[in-house]
Amino acid sequence: MKRKQLKFVAGSVVIILTLAYLAYSGFKEGNAYYQTVSELYASKDQAYTRRLKVAGDVVPGSIQREGKSINFLISQQDEKTKKVETLPVKYVGNDAPPDTFVDRAQAVVEGQLGSDGVFVANKMQAKCASKYEKESAAGVRKSD
Amino acid sequence: MAQIGQFALALAWVVTAYSIVASLLGIHLKHDKLVASGRNAALGTFVCITTAIACLGYLFAVSDFSIKYIAAHSNRDLPIYFKVSSIWGGQEGSLLFWGWLLTLYSALVIVQNWRKHSAMMPYVVAVLMATSFFFTSMHLFIVNPFNQTVFLQSNASPLPFVPSDGNGLNPLLQDAYMVIHPPMLYLGFVGFAVPFAFAIAAMITKQLGDTWIRTTRRWTMVAWMFLSIGIMLGGKWAYHELGWGGFWAWDPVENASMMPWLIGTAFLHSVMVQEKKGMLKVWNMVLIILTFIMSIFGTLLTRSGMVQSVHAFAQSPVGGYFRAFIIVALSGALYLLFDRLPYLKSENQMESIVSRESSFMFNNLILLAACFAVFWGTMFPIISEAATGSKITVGPPFFNKVNVPIAIFLMFLTGVGPLLAWRRASTNSLKRNFLSPAVIALASGVALYFRGVQHFYAWLSIVMSIFVTLTIIREFYKGAAARSSGTGETFLEAVVNLTLRNTRRYGGYIVHFGFVLLFIGWAGQAFTTDAEGEMGIGDTLSIREYTLRVDKLGIEDTPNYASDKATMSLFEYGKKVANLYPEKRLYKAGQEKQPTTEVSIYSSAKNDVYVVFQGGTGDGKKAIIQVFYNPLTMWVWIGGIVLVAGTLIALLPNKKTILRRRPEIESKEERKEVEKTV
Repeated sequence: MKRKQLKFVAGSVVIILTLAYLAYSGFKEGNAYYQTVSELYASKDQAYTRRLKVAGDVVPGSIQREGKSINFLISQQDEKTKKVETLPVKYVGNDAPPDTFVDRAQAVVEGQLGSDGVFVANKMQAKCASKYEKESAAGVRKSD
Repeated sequence: MAQIGQFALALAWVVTAYSIVASLLGIHLKHDKLVASGRNAALGTFVCITTAIACLGYLFAVSDFSIKYIAAHSNRDLPIYFKVSSIWGGQEGSLLFWGWLLTLYSALVIVQNWRKHSAMMPYVVAVLMATSFFFTSMHLFIVNPFNQTVFLQSNASPLPFVPSDGNGLNPLLQDAYMVIHPPMLYLGFVGFAVPFAFAIAAMITKQLGDTWIRTTRRWTMVAWMFLSIGIMLGGKWAYHELGWGGFWAWDPVENASMMPWLIGTAFLHSVMVQEKKGMLKVWNMVLIILTFIMSIFGTLLTRSGMVQSVHAFAQSPVGGYFRAFIIVALSGALYLLFDRLPYLKSENQMESIVSRESSFMFNNLILLAACFAVFWGTMFPIISEAATGSKITVGPPFFNKVNVPIAIFLMFLTGVGPLLAWRRASTNSLKRNFLSPAVIALASGVALYFRGVQHFYAWLSIVMSIFVTLTIIREFYKGAAARSSGTGETFLEAVVNLTLRNTRRYGGYIVHFGFVLLFIGWAGQAFTTDAEGEMGIGDTLSIREYTLRVDKLGIEDTPNYASDKATMSLFEYGKKVANLYPEKRLYKAGQEKQPTTEVSIYSSAKNDVYVVFQGGTGDGKKAIIQVFYNPLTMWVWIGGIVLVAGTLIALLPNKKTILRRRPEIESKEERKEVEKTV
């Protein structure tokens, strides 16, 4: 290989390695395990150390504001055991909860499980799944 | 009307299939009339899908809720312009819209190129119609927008019924930006199908010179421009509709539009190397194939619910079909490319690492790396689940850590690349071109550092922006000075004429400048701060040099929604500068009312004040107000506009100059200009 091409290859390798390192460190900083409520309970002790994203439906009437934080319950029915598992959540994020965060909304909370069994979330997403589920029986389904 | 739409779809399906067969068979049998009928069928597809989409629009306009799609995405009180935009407000309609744009582009391509490229065109038609066939099949069999609203009886058999009112359009989509954002984005996505079709046709016909590139150059720029507009509008929409104070969150849908943009940008640059030097031929094929695939993949991501996203995606059956289409298109294109490798030999070799070629290659490498990182991050939950059984998501830190340095490096190339000579840049020319911009940029950097800009990336971004701006100004100045001394035009005239005579080059500089502005606005977001408070009438909340005061808290009622609204005064250094009206709306359509936040923004060149009505306190006497101080945000949007203006200029045909005075100098100057032109 000619010297010039070698230079180009060397430059590319340096760039790619740098980016790979950055990608790895960025990944370490922001990664989270995506689990359902029952998966969270099933993972036992690991649940307390990992950063988690948990999905579940907001239990109607459970949303309570307490100062700057919001307490609520999310629940989900396990597909296999058919058991409904519930997780208490304390949302302490800086951003306001999304508009779609209402009773029965499908919420995804991100944070860590405290030793008291309350999930402390600093990020939250929500979508109104339930709103259209009833109507889907009537053949009407919202898609966007 | 629904029957007409349904029939038009069925007809489109048949006609599209015929067009593919007729085109290919016609070439095979050398039967000109058959080839021509294939072309006419492609035009006919456009008529059919246009009819279908017009029917859908009509059904929305008259609120015909016996059609499921209308009942799900509209309601009687919805304003008419939102009724129209509901056409692309949901799954079925937006795919129909995609398909319609594809047939529209196909028709335009045929009209524009049929005579000029008679050998390639039948294949171009076949490729476009094959894509179209995929979409018409989806419309007809999988996500038909003309399906009836039905009521599932207890024995699970469906019974047609007409609801008294529709479900309403998602309130988050009831927004002027959402009326135009999807069409722009789709015009971009779909537009890349044209250069892709030409690339495939070029490989099939073995006409692998740069004809296909020259022919599709404008198409690529148009697609790129629309995609850029679509992305910008999406950001603008997120900024003023979602209420979290920012415009980009690395959400899967945003990433979906970013990926084809990144590769498309790489393609736009690297084709210049092929035009000029006959290099990178295989590479360009790979890029356009990937750009097209990424456009389809982006549609798949936004339309299938494959990845968890803030945008409430449908869990829908389209995913599998899209994946199948991608696999077929990608493997077919790559096989063809592999087979044609012997025809795609490079005519030149790279001679120096400090050259235009090399800067283009680094530009490509880095854009592709960015795209790969975005792809990897977006798909990581799926990849990790397949590999380890647990779904792991990566957060914004991943995307930012990789892409921020990439963007800064790209910025550097933006400044340096266009001024490097082809083949090899001499040390002298480097000094001449870059010494003064670099010195001035660094000196400003030192000054900025002592004035408190100490966030490393933000600092570097601003220093790079200054550097690039100086190199761009220098280019315009140099060209215009030479021209005005040659022709006697005033300096300003010279700038205009210079640009019009070489639109691609100077339009390109303007695009780069737009990118600089965007970059400055983006760097400003490193310094965002916010404050929050419970505020009753007369209460104040301060952030940096601003103070907010609540003047009124009230309730507003319209047929479409009811809202809690605060009337606030904004003071800058104690002087009133604006009234702000943040709201919390409750939309009435559907069974459960959905609240939405309507933020109120005061924008100035130096910063935005972004006010969010989060909700009322328990006793209903006070409002919970959050305010963001976002430095320089306006420059993001201005940058976007400049970027689009630059692209429009680059799209203009070059103006021929009539030589009037001192023709000998003019022509020498012109020759030099043309030589330097990319």
